[in-house]
This record gives sequence, structure tokens and C-alpha cells, in this order.
Amino acid sequence: MMINSKTTFRGYRRENGRVGVRNHVIILPVDDLSNAACEAVAGSIKGTMAIPHPYGRLQFGADLELHFRTLIGAGRNPNVAAAVVIGIEDGWAKRVADGIAKTGKPVTFFGIEGHGDHETIRRASKVAKEYIQWATELRREDCAVNELWVSCKCGESDTTSGIGSNPTVGNAFDKLEPLGVTMCFGETTEITGGEQIVADRCATAEVRERFMMMFDRYQEVINRHKTSDLMDSQPTKGNIVGGLTTIEEKALGNIQKIGRQCKVIGVLDKAEAPTAPGLWFMDSSSAAAEMVTLCAASGFVVHFFPTGQGNVIGNPILPVIKLTANPRTARTMTEHVDLDVSGLLQRQKNMEQCGDELLEVMLRTCNGRLTCAEALGHREFVLTRLYESA
Amino acid sequence: MIHFLVHDKKDTVGVVVVEGVKAGEELSGWLMEDDSTIKLTAVNDIPIGHKLAAKEIRKGDTVIKYGFDIGRAVADIKVGEHAHVHNIKTKRW
Repeated sequence: MMINSKTTFRGYRRENGRVGVRNHVIILPVDDLSNAACEAVAGSIKGTMAIPHPYGRLQFGADLELHFRTLIGAGRNPNVAAAVVIGIEDGWAKRVADGIAKTGKPVTFFGIEGHGDHETIRRASKVAKEYIQWATELRREDCAVNELWVSCKCGESDTTSGIGSNPTVGNAFDKLEPLGVTMCFGETTEITGGEQIVADRCATAEVRERFMMMFDRYQEVINRHKTSDLMDSQPTKGNIVGGLTTIEEKALGNIQKIGRQCKVIGVLDKAEAPTAPGLWFMDSSSAAAEMVTLCAASGFVVHFFPTGQGNVIGNPILPVIKLTANPRTARTMTEHVDLDVSGLLQRQKNMEQCGDELLEVMLRTCNGRLTCAEALGHREFVLTRLYESA
Repeated sequence: MIHFLVHDKKDTVGVVVVEGVKAGEELSGWLMEDDSTIKLTAVNDIPIGHKLAAKEIRKGDTVIKYGFDIGRAVADIKVGEHAHVHNIKTKRW
């Protein structure tokens, strides 16, 4: 199968024109205290999904802005049909709901104070039931491939990632870019050692300057807080077991994901939405669930996740497609692997074939097939924190 | 059978891509840049995904993979010897 500009998939067109590949009704807590009520609503109204997380109290400044941007972005994601927002009090719950409502999708908020969990769960369940019955009547329609937003991030990488699974993503990105697909990569510290290669791919001097600003900003964070050469964290213990030795080696493997031709057309801050088709760099943590959550908040609807040693991550909103080139991982962790490209290591397959196979898995996923992570119930939703709460 | 891969002609290390490589085993490597074959003998048992020296590396040398600098050798590494965190360190951080 060759993907081209006439390729279509069956997606959900939302009120603002964006296209989703899932049809979730989410029950979204604003803060840690509201998780219990959200989970109770999702437990009583079948087909809805709570998205619990541990934060949202006494954050301030840029960290609070990122909290709102991530929650609002998750709700705005076109994979979400409708959202019920619950917070401990009305003010911040309204702020999140108002941000989501700008897409035109149904959203209602509830504050727990003055009502208690029982009454909040009762009222929110009533709305959640209306939403799920409405959403389940929405129908998929033919959508052009250029309406897709595709993100990538690798995890538990090993040397097979740089040889096989990351360049497979790069091959797919090189094929998607000319079709006008919106794409992103990130993992700011995990470019350390390959930053000049990314800088040289930036489309303009302004983009290059902003990329280097983001890169240097993250290096300052590492240098300010580090107590060692990070050999326990970056590369991770799993990376080292898999044969990766230094951050430079890991980075050079990591950036194989951006292909050979793609230009970096812009730089996003964390959870910021892109404004044009093409490949974007998003400043982000390299921790899998944090980065994928930021991609979901930026509006991406399907995700490529190459792994070496076998990271099992998923996301509640963004379907995560996992591929590996490590034959041992493909054999021992089959239930997590959507695409096995280990044939690349013995030249049984070439990169063109593997890129095409990944795009075929992508289209099947977009048409509604659950990924391994979705089928296994992986719903890691992890908010990035910038510093301590007040 | 391809036992190890080398990305670029400039590279001083390659990656073992089969399980169970034993010390003394004759290995066949694929140099991806020009599609040529490299033969060498494994000095140690080397796990899949781990690197071996494809060229003689001296203590203090920059180690090259993908044609780029991936760190500094902190010990001499013989051709076919396991090359990892015990003899290569980052130049960053």
C-alpha cells in the first residue's frame, strides 16, 4: 500500500472542523481531590472515561498555565466528543470548561464544595449519560489524510531503536510531510549530542534560533539540578541494559525519527498547538507518559512510539502505536507490539517497506482498530510540572 | 547471518543484532553505508543490542557511531571487544 494525497480514513469531524479518530466522552478532574468523583461517574455511566491525575492545587505562574493548557488541550483534542469537568471548586473548573467549550463541543463543569461527592456524582452522571448517548450516535466519515495530526516519541530505547524502529518512523514522516500532515517530535534533553543536526533541519533562521533557545533552556535545568552525569536517568537503566552507552548515542538514534527530508517548520512550547501542516519540534520532557500527554494536549490524534527494550505506555486520548526492531522484545512482549520491524536487522525487510507498513497500521488505527496499548487498558495521563507548588 | 551492524564508514563501533554472541566467535558485520561486509572475532560474550569495537580504539579517543561523536573511550578497546559504559563515557553533563 502506498499512501498518497487521495488516501482517506474514517474519522469523526468535530464542531471546529478538526478530525478525531476516537470518540471519547471524558470525565476530567481539575485537581487530585476530584479524581474520586470522576472515577465514580465513569464507573456508573458506561462508555465514559475518567482521566485521573495527581495535581492541580496551589500551582502558580508558568506551572499553573501549563496545567490549564494541558487539561484544556486534552479536552479540546478531537478524539474527545464531549467532556464533563469536575473540580473541588467552581472557579478553576469553569476556566477549564470554558477553554474546552471554544471548540464548540459539549462540556459541563461541576464544583464539589457546597455539594459533596454524592450530589456532584449524581448531577455529573446525569450529564455524562446524555453525552455518551449523543456521542454514540455520531458517525465516522471519509476524511483526507492531510487532516491527521501525528506525533512521535520513543521509549526504553536501545541500539535497535536507532537502527530500525526510529528510522521507520522517519521514513513514514518523510512520506506524510509532502501530503500536508501535521507532525511533531520533542524530547529536548534527548537531542543532546545531535542538536546541531536538528538545528540544521530548521526551515528558517528564526525557527533555528527558537529551537536552540529551547534546547539551551533545558540544558540549564539539567545543569542546575544534576548531582552526577545522569547515568541513572539519561540514558535510563533500561537503555543501558539495551546497549546504549551515552546520551549522545541515544540522541543520534532518537533523531532518526524525523526522517531524512522533513524540515522543522516551527517550535512549540509544552502543550502548545501547531498552526500549520509540517513537522514541529515541541519542547518537552523525554519521559514517555509526560511527552505523550503533552502531544495529546497539543491536539495530535495518533502517535508513533518506537521502543527497544519494551516500554508499555498508552494514553487515554491519543492512540499509541508501538513498534520495535528488537527481535527479543518482539518475541517476549508480543501483546504490546503493534508492528514488528526486527526483519530490518537481518535485511529481511527494507526501510521503505517498514515505513509503508507503519502507515498501514496508522490508517487501520485511525479507522478505529484499537492499538495494543488501548486493548490492554494503558491510560497513562501524566502532567508535566515545572516546579514546586506554592 | 548478520551478527552486527555498522552505520557509517567512519564508525569505530558496531551493534550486535543477534542473541548469544560468545567470546571467540567469528562474526560477520554489515556496513550499512556502502553495503560491504566486515569480519572480526568477538573478544567477549556480547548481548544483543550491545556494541563492539569495529576498529582499534585508544583510551581518550572519541568514539564514532552514525558518523558522529558519541563520547570518549576511558580505556583501550580492542577490535571485537565489548564497548559500553565500562569503557566509554559521555562528554556532556
